[in-house]
Amino acid sequence: MKTTLSWLKSHLDTEAPLAELVERLVMLGHDVDSVADRGAALAPFITARVVSAEPHPNADRLRVCVVDTGSGEVQVVCGAPNARAGMIGVFGPAGVTIPKTGAVLNESTIRGVVSRGMLMSGYELALSDDHDGIIELPPDTPVGVRYARIAGLDDPVIDIKVTPNRADCLGVRGLARDLAASGLGALKPLDTSPVGGRFRSPIALHIEEPAACPLFLGRHIRGLRNGPSPDWLKNRLESIGLRPISALVDITNFLTYDLNRPLHVFDAAKLKGGLTVRFARAGERLAALNGRDYTLDPEITAIADGNGVQSLGGVIGGEPTGCTEATTEVFVEAALFDPVRTAATGRRLEIASDARYRFERGVDPDFVGPGLEIATWLILELCGGEPSEIVAAGAAPEWRRHYVLRAGRIASLGGADVPLDEAGTVLDALGFAVERRGGDVAVTPPSWRGDIVGEADLVEEVLRVKGYDAIPAVPLGRDTVVSRPAIDARRRRLELVRRSLAARGLVEAVAFSFVSAKAAEAFGGGDARLRLVNPISADLAVMRPSLLPTLVEAAQRNADRGVADIALFELGPLYRDDTPEGQATAAAGLRAGHTGPRDWRARPGAVDLFLAKEDALAALAAAGAPVEGVQTAADPPAWYHPGRAGSLRLGPAVLGHFGELHPDLLDAFGVNGPVAAFEVFLDAVPAPRSGRARPPLQLSVFQPVERDFAFIVDRAVPAENLLRAARGVERRLVTEIRLFDVYEGAGLPDGKKSLAIAVTLQPQDATLTDAEIEAFSQRLVAAVEKATGGVLRG
Amino acid sequence: MRVVEGPLQAPFVLPFEVQDLGMDDPQQLSAAGLGEVMAAASPEALEQVRIKYLGRQGLVTGLMRGLGALPADARRDAGARLNALKDALADAVAARGAELARAARAARLAGERADVTLPVSSDRVGRIHPISQTIDEIIAIFGEMGFAVAEGPHIEDDFYNFTALNIPPEHPARQEHDTFYLPERADGSRLVLRTHTSPVQIRTMRAQPPPLRIIVPGRTFRCDHDATHSPMFHQVEGLVIDRTTHMGHLKGCLIEFCRAFFGIEDLPVRFRPSYFPFTEPSAEVDIGCSRSGGELRIGAGADWLEILGSGMVHPQVLRNCGIDPDEYQGFAFGMGIERVAMLKYGIPDLRTFYESDLRWLRHYGFLPLDIPSPVRGPLR
Repeated sequence: MKTTLSWLKSHLDTEAPLAELVERLVMLGHDVDSVADRGAALAPFITARVVSAEPHPNADRLRVCVVDTGSGEVQVVCGAPNARAGMIGVFGPAGVTIPKTGAVLNESTIRGVVSRGMLMSGYELALSDDHDGIIELPPDTPVGVRYARIAGLDDPVIDIKVTPNRADCLGVRGLARDLAASGLGALKPLDTSPVGGRFRSPIALHIEEPAACPLFLGRHIRGLRNGPSPDWLKNRLESIGLRPISALVDITNFLTYDLNRPLHVFDAAKLKGGLTVRFARAGERLAALNGRDYTLDPEITAIADGNGVQSLGGVIGGEPTGCTEATTEVFVEAALFDPVRTAATGRRLEIASDARYRFERGVDPDFVGPGLEIATWLILELCGGEPSEIVAAGAAPEWRRHYVLRAGRIASLGGADVPLDEAGTVLDALGFAVERRGGDVAVTPPSWRGDIVGEADLVEEVLRVKGYDAIPAVPLGRDTVVSRPAIDARRRRLELVRRSLAARGLVEAVAFSFVSAKAAEAFGGGDARLRLVNPISADLAVMRPSLLPTLVEAAQRNADRGVADIALFELGPLYRDDTPEGQATAAAGLRAGHTGPRDWRARPGAVDLFLAKEDALAALAAAGAPVEGVQTAADPPAWYHPGRAGSLRLGPAVLGHFGELHPDLLDAFGVNGPVAAFEVFLDAVPAPRSGRARPPLQLSVFQPVERDFAFIVDRAVPAENLLRAARGVERRLVTEIRLFDVYEGAGLPDGKKSLAIAVTLQPQDATLTDAEIEAFSQRLVAAVEKATGGVLRG
Repeated sequence: MRVVEGPLQAPFVLPFEVQDLGMDDPQQLSAAGLGEVMAAASPEALEQVRIKYLGRQGLVTGLMRGLGALPADARRDAGARLNALKDALADAVAARGAELARAARAARLAGERADVTLPVSSDRVGRIHPISQTIDEIIAIFGEMGFAVAEGPHIEDDFYNFTALNIPPEHPARQEHDTFYLPERADGSRLVLRTHTSPVQIRTMRAQPPPLRIIVPGRTFRCDHDATHSPMFHQVEGLVIDRTTHMGHLKGCLIEFCRAFFGIEDLPVRFRPSYFPFTEPSAEVDIGCSRSGGELRIGAGADWLEILGSGMVHPQVLRNCGIDPDEYQGFAFGMGIERVAMLKYGIPDLRTFYESDLRWLRHYGFLPLDIPSPVRGPLR
């Protein structure tokens, strides 16, 4: 919502400077986006009369002009073809900054003749594209005054973000009323006296749909002459970015912005019979004033005459009955359109008009008649003509509502101690009807404040006008001196997972929750219920079924930017269905290239599935999973390499997957492999047993013994089988079994591999004898052999 | 009696007169032995000297053997002296051995010269995303004020996202939300991607009785994509409900937060009226800044920067949650996490948060062990 300072002052009698008015608007809740002082750059430019214009002695195309600036005569050299004696133009003295170029105008000698300033073109003043000649002002323009004032450009434009609840402030008068209530001046009276009709309107009104349009007033005016608006009106509209069209149209636009009273003016000669407000019939059409044709349907509020729909109620008028320069009689419509219906019409047809914007937010139901009178006065003043009596259909809906503002409520809700009398004064200044009732105040909001629906609103009104600065800040106390946990055990675990993965060298990414349908399908998703109806783009159209597609895309982008070694992870949501339970929290990571840059000490390893397994288990451990009980199975989902990936399970629960991504998938995403990735599902991790005390630690005084065993097994035997068998032997004695070597090749039979484990035995009661160790070894070898068919390597 | 002491470099004197031994040439033997020990240039040479004098066939050992031929008195006396000679030689061998070992180690160390200027591999630790870090910072501060984290689903019911928050279907505020929609369900209901974290207010109030003090960090979604809007971003929501909390507490709480978050003790904080359908009265919160020279500086100057929205929870919202607004009241607030992160850490472009550019993440990210805490204060 834009207005200008002088426009605001047409409603507000105030001496306050611009800065104070702007500051107050902000503190009243009307945030000011910008204040554009178009006149500032033009300040040094003044009107001046060209006293003489003689040819330059040394240049054919130049003239030497003597200019009367009102405070003396100055000589300038001018190249404009229209410079001539007697004309009044715009003079810039030496030293000014030229608005268009930003250059300083210096006194100079042009081909031997001194020039002490410049006669300006509209182009140089950044006002137009016209640089063929200098600005010519009317002959009666006073000399020596600021050009910005003459041109009406010294009126700062204030751009205000009016909040959706304050429809009344979509009119300049509403802003003026707020300012006046806050003590910055007085609201000027508004003349709404009736015009007095001279005849009965030949156009009758009928409302078929009172829910869509409860009240419709109108007036016929004949014998008028439409033409350009006077400068003051054109200037106002132009200053807020509206294009002046003709007096009749400009008046309706002006009142829309001045008083939040949208109107429509039909060319009455083009109407057939009376006007009816009804829903459009399917297939009816209207050529609207915005130059577009619309096909209508019964959701749309229409105003129709004998020929059909001529206007869309509260949204836009029709071209065929619009006013032109030739219009001599009009029918002025002032109506009340239902906010919901108006919004529906506008949204259906995608029309954003000033009228729709206002009706949607609610215009003053008690100002339809006064608005029509003011419009009539303006039409009579600017276009002449003879007005009819007002013709009416429907009635204004009841808008009076009554609330009580309790004595202590401003303090108990608003935290500020405003005496009730003062509160009453504020509300009165805002137009509320206020009445003391015992210790409380009974309040009726004014017709233009449909947003006031309860006591809390009244508290806000009082505080808003008093200023929120008047509310003392009070510390928010708490029950305990020492802070209590702000996060629960689950979130604490997630934090630990996040920071553990980062500590492992993975860099945290945060990616969008949506991916392309192709990406979703590649990772087992793409459920129709998770496809956005209105995505930003096809790339961001489906809720992701996994964190991996966004990581793979990130890997591709990083590789394209020349980052070869990639180590990324994300901890965030994936979506299995559209229920709250379908949203799961996962941690996923992706590594590509090498584990580090080339180094003179050690050759960095290429990333592989085992690094991903390490990452996955680290994440699960941080999440509190009993990782020693996690089983690895070679059954990865389809997006992994079929032979170099696996899943991690705890009993029947799948905790995650890891491995190298499938080359087909990498090709589809344009990523060079191999890429090792993992994803763990943190909600699937069982909550660790509570209790902070650790189990008792028994440290043996006896030396532990470490023994190595190498077994030759079939290549297909999973190491986990061998380990599981080994772990089953003498659980009380064995503290650790570590697999430290895997070998295939020379020295071994075809199809066999050697797996070597180191077993640590920790006796508790006495040092182990050789015989005891030997007995253990035999049991272990037997157990492994039974479980895997493996034999001890000689 | 003279005592052997100190290093071998010191004048070495025998502890007795060799003539007293009453044997052939013992003095010569001693002097020669000590000379040879001192002259031994390597551990091997020293060992040869030791064997020569003190070995089983050694010269001193030979003399010891000869003691048996002496009369008892002379034997006792000579034995004692001969033992002293043997001890002196053994001490000399040990001392020389240690000296040779020191010299050998010194010679070895002199040859072991690493180029200590060689670079070591740089830090291989990862980074925490600025959004995660900022959320942790915000939780840490509000945690000190008694708030606890609550969370809710991203795919929301229209009711929780809008209607319960006093935004009925035709409310103009809905249009400003640029909502993402999911397909209509069989029962005609419509799911949306939550446009703010405020639905968690509703979910919490419907699930738990007052008093409540929660903050809700999380993902939010709006159908808008340009330089300053992202289709997904993060908000943190706050809610306090009890019997007495009023706007003065709202101000106190949020001033405290702003000053703690930006680490500026006298940061100017301004509250001005605004409008949200779910709060009444409502307030925008601005912090003081300067924009002179095109550079934004927080905490200095006469300009203001909007950073969060807030207000007293609307009575209708309380009613929608089954809470009696005549009995309970409180405030709510919401703020954009990326926005405050950008301001605090000087991150210029919103879109870069989600690009997963490793160069960006390493530059703007945080060390994993840098866990925010108001008690510990900032790392820098």
